[in-house]
Parts: sequence; structure tokens; C-alpha cells
Amino acid sequence: MNKRRVLDLTLVASIGLLIMGLMTVSGGAPASPVAAPDKMLLNGAGATFPYPIYSKWFSDYNHLHPDIEINYQSIGSGGGIAQLKAGTVDFGASDMPLNDKMVGDFKVKVLHFPTVLGAVVPTYNIPGVTQELNFTADALAGIYLGKITKWNDPAITGPNKGVNLPAQDIVVVHRSEGSGTTFVWTDYLCKVSKDWETSVGRNASVNWPVGLGGKGNEGVTGMVKQQPGAIGYVELIYAIQNNIPYGRVRNSSGSFVKAELSSVTAAAAGVAKSMPEDFRVSITDSPGKAAYPVCSFTYLLVPTKIQDATKAKAIKDFLHWMLSDGQKEAEPLTYARLPKEVVAKELKQISMIE
Amino acid sequence: MSDATMVVAAGGAGSPSRLRAFLRRLRSGDEIAHLITLIFASAIFLITFLLVYELWRNSALSRHRFGLDFLFTRTWDPVFEHFGALPFVFGTVVTSALALLMAIPLGVGAAIFLAELAPSRISDAVTFCIELLAAVPSVIYGLLGIFVLVPILRTTVMPFLKATLGFLPLFQGPIYGVSLFAAGVVLAIMIIPFIISISREVLLAVPAEQREGALALGATKWESTWKVVVPYARVGIMGSILLALARALGETMAVTMVIGNDPKIAASLFAPGYSIAAVIANEFSEATSDLYIHALIELGLVLFLLTIILNGLARLLILATTRKATAHA
Repeated sequence: MNKRRVLDLTLVASIGLLIMGLMTVSGGAPASPVAAPDKMLLNGAGATFPYPIYSKWFSDYNHLHPDIEINYQSIGSGGGIAQLKAGTVDFGASDMPLNDKMVGDFKVKVLHFPTVLGAVVPTYNIPGVTQELNFTADALAGIYLGKITKWNDPAITGPNKGVNLPAQDIVVVHRSEGSGTTFVWTDYLCKVSKDWETSVGRNASVNWPVGLGGKGNEGVTGMVKQQPGAIGYVELIYAIQNNIPYGRVRNSSGSFVKAELSSVTAAAAGVAKSMPEDFRVSITDSPGKAAYPVCSFTYLLVPTKIQDATKAKAIKDFLHWMLSDGQKEAEPLTYARLPKEVVAKELKQISMIE
Repeated sequence: MSDATMVVAAGGAGSPSRLRAFLRRLRSGDEIAHLITLIFASAIFLITFLLVYELWRNSALSRHRFGLDFLFTRTWDPVFEHFGALPFVFGTVVTSALALLMAIPLGVGAAIFLAELAPSRISDAVTFCIELLAAVPSVIYGLLGIFVLVPILRTTVMPFLKATLGFLPLFQGPIYGVSLFAAGVVLAIMIIPFIISISREVLLAVPAEQREGALALGATKWESTWKVVVPYARVGIMGSILLALARALGETMAVTMVIGNDPKIAASLFAPGYSIAAVIANEFSEATSDLYIHALIELGLVLFLLTIILNGLARLLILATTRKATAHA
């Protein structure tokens, strides 16, 4: 009996202790992973499109400067902007520049630093057609507005002499999820078509007049491949890495340009002279002769005022490195690098960080 | 823990004998088990309450701007910030209903065979496969849907339906493959294992006396199964269907891969559509404006309400049928 009692008491006591232990763990201050004092942790979040090169940059930079560790979460541009606004990250990343309203929502001024360039290309599946097609701006806008519905429409056959285009119905495919790719594509259509600008507009996701939504570049590609007569748009990098055939697009100087890393960099160079000081600019439909018209910067968003002076210095040093040595890593990863003119301008902007 | 201290305090305030009785029960473990399980159970209420509260709070902008119109508007335009839930509610309800329509006869039929008619060796082997199927992640079903099912539907099944049942508006219009129909079929495949697995367990749990009684009264094997065993297990079978419905309503990944993601309301099952869970998953990460985010969260609230309403209806159905069944008995 005595023994039983002792046993019970021990049981009660141990359960009590266990509960108390749980309470302290959950209620008390969490033991957050604080970096060692000589080690600095920078947190960033945002766009998924540049994630492969960002993660390489941040890991390479950590090798060069073991005392600085940069942690980046690719949660999407929208999430990156929201987290920067909430002050939970040191920098954000976005595939599209902040618009005026969003800039106004921020308590501190935010600087845009273009890092690399991306482009979006039209891909299609027309029975019996293996050639690279030429697309005019009017043709692309007409197709995506649902006004051009057959592949043998004069707007498509015109610049494709010698290609036997069938009277097949066009099936339009777009991205289903919010994406920087869609922003670039719709931004381009806005610039070349008044109709598109007033009825649809530009955004990471829009109210599409026609078409099916595929999830991700792979979803769009899959649908285009399966559906005879389909047209879709995918990131240039995705198309190159997966050997997906894509068409040329006519630029503002009237030549049909195939998207390549060089023609994308040329597009950025084309607008470099007229670029505003804050880099919030769209480079679609760029004036350069060799410029591919459907491309954009992707940005790091850095606040002008950073409380911690050592953190500010670390970010500035990283930006310097990214604009010099970092740019050399872009092309092996099939990202188009920044043109010289833009790099020079950005270097000046770094001094605005305090 | 605060519950526990309160009870202890209450015990202390009462007579010493009550305190002693409480301590005795505490020592024998009953009181502790009672408290701990009580805390766990109340956590469920707390989680549900917090969920609704947060959804409500974080959808304020959208609720104030659109009011009840949110439920009846067909436009979803992130650029001009005009948001309406109707096409998504439509897509969610239609695909789930379609899935149940296909899955219930198949699932319950298979469960009856496995529990009542099949030799136990076959039954065990098939059940093992079904439990494996239930554990397959939904993205796998989605991928199979895109690469295997949708091409078959587009080239064979849908043209056949169009040729034979094309006079119905349900089977008209251009055939893309990705559609409400495809989403319904994928969902049906995903929820059948749930229905079979649970229904079979429930049927097996029916007491042998029930069967023996029916047989003794001269019923055939099938009559005893259909008229005695299945009605006896009705509540459990309904439960399995409820669980299947819940999975169909909330399924995100597999649906978004085959539904076409086009927020339109069309009479034809061959037309692309969109579901609530799919649009939230697709657009949340790139939603930048506050109103946009609040509209997406309000969609979450709508899905929650939709689930409650459909669950409630199903429960009423169970109540009605069980009352009838007990009245018979």
C-alpha cells in the first residue's frame, strides 16, 4: 500500500512537472537562434524567379565573408513586399517595381536595385508547324484579348510568309497563379494595346478575357504541349533550360527578335538613358534595335534607413559585390546580366542607404 | 493549467472532506486524466474560434467594400480591384458534387463487396491497396490527372459524351480536357478510398446476429446484406461520405492542376472553372494590395461557411434516414 502511494505520488508529481515544463517552453521567451556576436544574419524574402541566382550569390558571398550570412526565402514578390513593410526582413525582392500607392504605404523610403533581367517568350503548338513563328504586338494582343481566334488570321500569317498556318482554333493558355511572369507579359500588352490597358491592365494576376490557366511554367508548357492549337507564355530561362521552342516578337523598331540573354540585356540598355533615378521603370517594348520587347528587371528592395549601422554596411558591401563580381555569375545560370549603364547608376544609388 | 488551478481552488473552498475526496481521485489518476483530456478537447474549440476570428478580422476591408455582393458577383479582377466569389463557389460545389455522384455508388458498392461477399484473402489484399491509395499525396493525383487522365478525357471520353448526351447543355461546347468534369473525376478517384475504407470497417462491425437473424427469417444472402446490414451501418457510411466531401471541398493542388483555372460560370461540365481553395493557393503569394489580400481571406471564410452548411445538410440527411431506419426496426 505504502509502495503504491509513493508510486502514485511520483506519477502525479512527474505529470505536474511535465505540464509546468511545457508551460515554460510555450509561455516563456522562445530561445531564438541568435547568431554569435561576430556573425551577422541578414534576412530577405520575396520573388521566386531569381531564387536560383540569389541563393548562389548569398552562399558565395558567405564563403567570401564568413561573418555575414544572408538568409533568403522565396515566398513570392507580394510576400516579400508585405514582410518588408512589416519590418520582419532586412530587404525584400520583387519582380515588379512598387507602384506609387505602395511606395506611399511604406514608412521609410525604399530603394529599388535591379539585380538581373528576365524575359517572357510565346510558345505554341500548331499541328504541322515546326518553324519559329514571328509575332507582332497586334497579333499577341489580339490573341490574348480573344479577338483573333484562328491561326490563319491575317495578323498572324502576315509576318509568317511561307509557313502554312491551318484554320485551327487558338487555345489561349496563361498562368493560373499570381506571378512576375504574368506581370511582364501583361505590362507588355498594356504598352502595345490601348484596348488591353483599359480593359485588362497589368498585374501579377489579371481578369483574363479568354483562356485556360496552367500552374507554373511547367503547367503552361504542359497544357500547350497537349492541346493542339494552343499558345502560352513562359519564362525565357525555363524555355532555354527545357528546350522549349518559342517564337520571335517584333520590337518597337520593327525587327523580329528572338529572346536571348544578349537581346534581353540590350532591352535594358535601350532604356538606360531615360531611366528614372529610382529605377521604377518598365523595360518592355524597349526602343533598342536589338532589344527583345518582353522583358523586365527583378529587384532587391532595400530601405534607405537601416537602424543597425553594421547591418547597413553589410548590405552596401553586398550590393557592391553583386553589381561587380556577382554579375559574372548570371549568364552561366541563364539569367541576363545588367548593362553597364545600369550598373553605374546603381552604384551611385548605394550611397543613399544610411 | 488555469482550469486546474481553478478546480483546486474550488475544492479548497469547499469542506475538507471534499478536498480529501478530490485528492484521493487525484492520486488515483482519474482527476488528472479528466483535466488533461478536457484541456485537449477545449483546444479544439479554441482553434475553431481563433480560425473564424482571424478570417473575419483579416477580411474586414473586403467585407466593408463589397458586403453581401461579394457572394453574388461574377467578376474577379485584381487590377481594378473588383472581387466576387460566385464563380469560385460554383466551381467548388459543382466539382465536389460531381465527385460524390461518381464516388458514392462505386465506393459503397465496393465496400459492400469487400465486407460481405468477398473471400477474406481478396478483401484483405484489396483493402491494403485502398489504404495505400488514400495515402498518395494530392499533387501526384494532379500530375496523373494532367498527363494521363486529361488526354484520355479529351480524346475519348468527352467526345463520346458529346456525341451521345450532347443534347444536354451539360455536355456541350469546345473540349479542352481541363474542365470542371476533369476536376470532378480526379476528386472522385481521390475520395473513393476514404469511402471504401471507412464503409468497409463499419459494415464489418455490424453484429453477426443481425445477419443470422435475417437469414433465419428466410432472407437470401443479398437480402440480408441490402435490407439489414447496410441500413444498420447507414450512419457510419454517411460519416465516410461526409469525410470524403470535406476532402473534396478543400482539395487544392490536384484541382488546380486540372480545372483550367478560369473564374467563369458555364452550364457545360466541359468548360474550365475555378475552385475557392485553388484561387487562394494560386494568388495569395503575389497579392500585393490590402484589399486583394482581404478578398482572398474572405474567400477562405466563404469556404469555411460552405463547409459548415454542406456538413449541416448532410447531418440532417443522416438524422432523417436514421430515424426512418429505427422506426422500421
